[in-house]
Amino acid sequence: MQRFALIALPYFWLLALFLVPFLIVLKISLSDVALAIPPYTPTLDLSGGWGAFKEFLSGLDFENFEFLTTDDLYWKAYLSSVQIATIATILTLIAAYPIAYGMANAPDHWRPTLMMLVILPFWTSFLIRVYSWVGILSNEGYLNQFLLGIGIISEPLTILNTNTAVYIGIVYTYLPFMILPIYSALERLDGSLLEAAEDLGCSRASAFWLVTIPLSKNGIIAGCFLVFIPTIGEFVIPSLLGGSQTLMIGKVLWEEFFNNRDWPVASAVAVILLLILIIPIVLFQRNEQKQREAEG
Amino acid sequence: MRRMTWFNVTSLTLGFAFLYLPMVILIIFSFNASKLVTVWAGFSTKWYGELIRNEAFLDAAWVTIKVAVISSSIATVLGTMAALVLVRAGRFSGRTLFSGMIYAPLVMPEVITGLSLLLLFIGIGLDRGILTVILAHTTFSMCYVSVVVSSRLVSFDQSLEEAALDLGCSPASAFRLVTLPIIAPAVISGWLLAFTLSLDDLVIASFTAGPSATTLPIKIWSSIRLGLSPEINALSTIMIAIVTVGVITASLTSKRASLKRQADERAAT
Amino acid sequence: MSQTVFAPWNDPQAKPLIQFKNVTKRFGDFVAIDNQSFDIYAREFFALLGPSGCGKTTMMRMLAGFETPTEGTILLAGQDIAPIPPNKRAVNMMFQSYALFPHLSVWENIAFGLKRDKVAKDKIAERVEQMLKLTRLEKFAKRKPHQISGGQRQRVALARSLAKAPKLLLLDEPLGALDAKLRQETQFELMDIQETTGTTFVIVTHDQEEAMTVASRVAVMDHGRIIQADTPANIYEMPNSVYVADFIGEVTIIEGRVTKSGNGYDVAFAEGAPPLHAESDKVFQNGQSCHLAIRPEKVTVSAEPPQDAANAVQGRILDIAYLGNLSTYHVELPSGQIIKAQTANTRRLSRRSFTWEDTVWLSWTATAGVLLEG
Repeated sequence: MQRFALIALPYFWLLALFLVPFLIVLKISLSDVALAIPPYTPTLDLSGGWGAFKEFLSGLDFENFEFLTTDDLYWKAYLSSVQIATIATILTLIAAYPIAYGMANAPDHWRPTLMMLVILPFWTSFLIRVYSWVGILSNEGYLNQFLLGIGIISEPLTILNTNTAVYIGIVYTYLPFMILPIYSALERLDGSLLEAAEDLGCSRASAFWLVTIPLSKNGIIAGCFLVFIPTIGEFVIPSLLGGSQTLMIGKVLWEEFFNNRDWPVASAVAVILLLILIIPIVLFQRNEQKQREAEG
Repeated sequence: MRRMTWFNVTSLTLGFAFLYLPMVILIIFSFNASKLVTVWAGFSTKWYGELIRNEAFLDAAWVTIKVAVISSSIATVLGTMAALVLVRAGRFSGRTLFSGMIYAPLVMPEVITGLSLLLLFIGIGLDRGILTVILAHTTFSMCYVSVVVSSRLVSFDQSLEEAALDLGCSPASAFRLVTLPIIAPAVISGWLLAFTLSLDDLVIASFTAGPSATTLPIKIWSSIRLGLSPEINALSTIMIAIVTVGVITASLTSKRASLKRQADERAAT
Repeated sequence: MSQTVFAPWNDPQAKPLIQFKNVTKRFGDFVAIDNQSFDIYAREFFALLGPSGCGKTTMMRMLAGFETPTEGTILLAGQDIAPIPPNKRAVNMMFQSYALFPHLSVWENIAFGLKRDKVAKDKIAERVEQMLKLTRLEKFAKRKPHQISGGQRQRVALARSLAKAPKLLLLDEPLGALDAKLRQETQFELMDIQETTGTTFVIVTHDQEEAMTVASRVAVMDHGRIIQADTPANIYEMPNSVYVADFIGEVTIIEGRVTKSGNGYDVAFAEGAPPLHAESDKVFQNGQSCHLAIRPEKVTVSAEPPQDAANAVQGRILDIAYLGNLSTYHVELPSGQIIKAQTANTRRLSRRSFTWEDTVWLSWTATAGVLLEG
């Protein structure tokens, strides 16, 4: 009895507040937009019995998905989301690896502090961290003031409201997610492996490529997924730092819903976004699984 | 063999400068006298005063704290239960679906979570307000709690619980008297994580809150969309200060605890 | 016996492969190696033996190039190796942890060093096959390190470090991770491989039995100094100090004062007890304090007073350690001195004549004990 209650409570909570809502999204994505509340048809009336259910089913169609293919805004947004997420992930990796490497090679008594310094930004507001770049990157911003001041440039650079600003924002906010898995892989690296490589004729640089990189591969892969997956559906960064030409699907969904009030299309956008995400999520899960098996 | 080369020192310095400089600038300019955020016009704390007199911000802060405390507390209970189910309950029908529902919200884009919950609340005719935000926050943060707690439960030595049962505890009291005190640090960090996530959330709250319950992130969002604001700088500084003090206190406490433990162990041998 | 004994260290004409010249290594204030000079010859199996922290590992890491001497020079084939980085030295090392690359197969691990030297592909394959055969690993070439046993890993590490045919192979506690039985087998395997390849081996170990078994010479170290470097037999039979006598094998050490007597010296060790007699090449002054070291297997146990023994004492059996093939008796003399005596168990247990609390006679010859300066 106790066991049943233990399982049932979280189970039904998640069914009701995670699975059912998701099925609703799926259903609405197959409905038509209507000037009503809720603004779509058909609505399911369970009191009508089986006949009503059949009628309800016949009211569903793939019109919204067809609409997504006709308007090239959508597929461009998907494509550019994937592109921005890919580039941003690579940039984050390039920024994170040296930091993780430096941490793993720092003296033992420094490491808890360095660890805390990496985690600290995670606890502070995401919104504020993104916002802090607005003041830096804007035309009158601190970066332009600084560069103009030391005379590197004569005219302010336009960074804010471009994709560059979006990249900076993503690298900045997701950096800890990349540093931590790489650091934990590097920290476990046995120093005698590097000595063995040198002993067998490697220079330090080639020992790094032949031993350190392959042995931190799992950390790199985990970090890349941890950055890539949430970045694809990112809304705050492209809205705040990106410009009108920055197309990301999270932003499109938001605008479709709040500005155009087209719930069926917004739902269809969500369904496709999820379909796109399934591939990296499954790959990520498999990578984690493999790693657990290798360790166990 | 650890090597602290100039390369490592440089990359750490640059890396941490990148992580912290934007926040440091934000904090400095929160004490700027000028209304123009990017132009320094002398030291002043007037924006903090403005902030304190701004009713809308205070209301939003109060709503946010209420939502965060309630949702993270419920999420901690549900998440701990879910972790027990994941680690201990063995096989039951629907187990795969259950663990899927625990892990999926972690990777689900916030826009989708928000949208789907909003559609549910409208579908069942629940008016949007504080309650709906709490329900939404509880749902996704309980998944984070259960991940944190279950990773601790996996390494928990079950023979301790068996010893308690052997000595006459009921399963429930064995959990309360033995398991819970030992996994307490994980449960507490789960609560803190849930609390922070709730405090931080803009997207899901925007979908589920409706006009009657404006949380602080929603309020911040609507004001920074219009551009830089010195009040927001002041607010950010306060929030950063609270988090910094909290994190440093927590890490010092845990460091002291582990030092004391080491000293005790040394003394014992 | 027409075969000449391998002992280049006794040949003044022989050129050493490695020369340590007044080498000192300091880590901050800590002196790891204290002004040491010694030679190692080609084809030698040289063991550095000592407790942990005695400096033996530092010695080896200086040879490999992971540490540089603070003072003094190390010559390899007459050349100062200080400026040569580890990856350019004709010295390879077998690590205590084996340090096998977990992401590479056994074959790739062995080929690793050859590939760095840009050896032709078919030559690499040939050499790797040869190494796999030498270490009997042919069947495991495709496996990853975590898919083979500890003993096999040890052999992969050996094959990998031998693949480049180094002038000098360093082995850091090579058998430390193996269980006792496997360790013994592997010791003989190591000796075989050393002989077949003709490589100079330097082994670091804290296990005296291992050092005695495999090495042509053993250097016993303590606090950054080599106390004695000699063949295993000489180390055992003719230790130059109490430290060495005590560190290698079992021994009874009796403190006393010497008086010249006949061919040797009398050692007075307790009031009222007759002095013990020992011969020695060393010269002692009358009245000088000394230590007499006696190996237990050189002491005879008997129930009756022995005839014509140079040394005979009576005592009571305090303890018997039964080791199967041997038994060690701890016998307490009236003065409180305890002497260890070992006998071979040629008879079955039930026929054994001595037991606890028995009074027995112990006897040994004048050359059995070694006189050491106090």
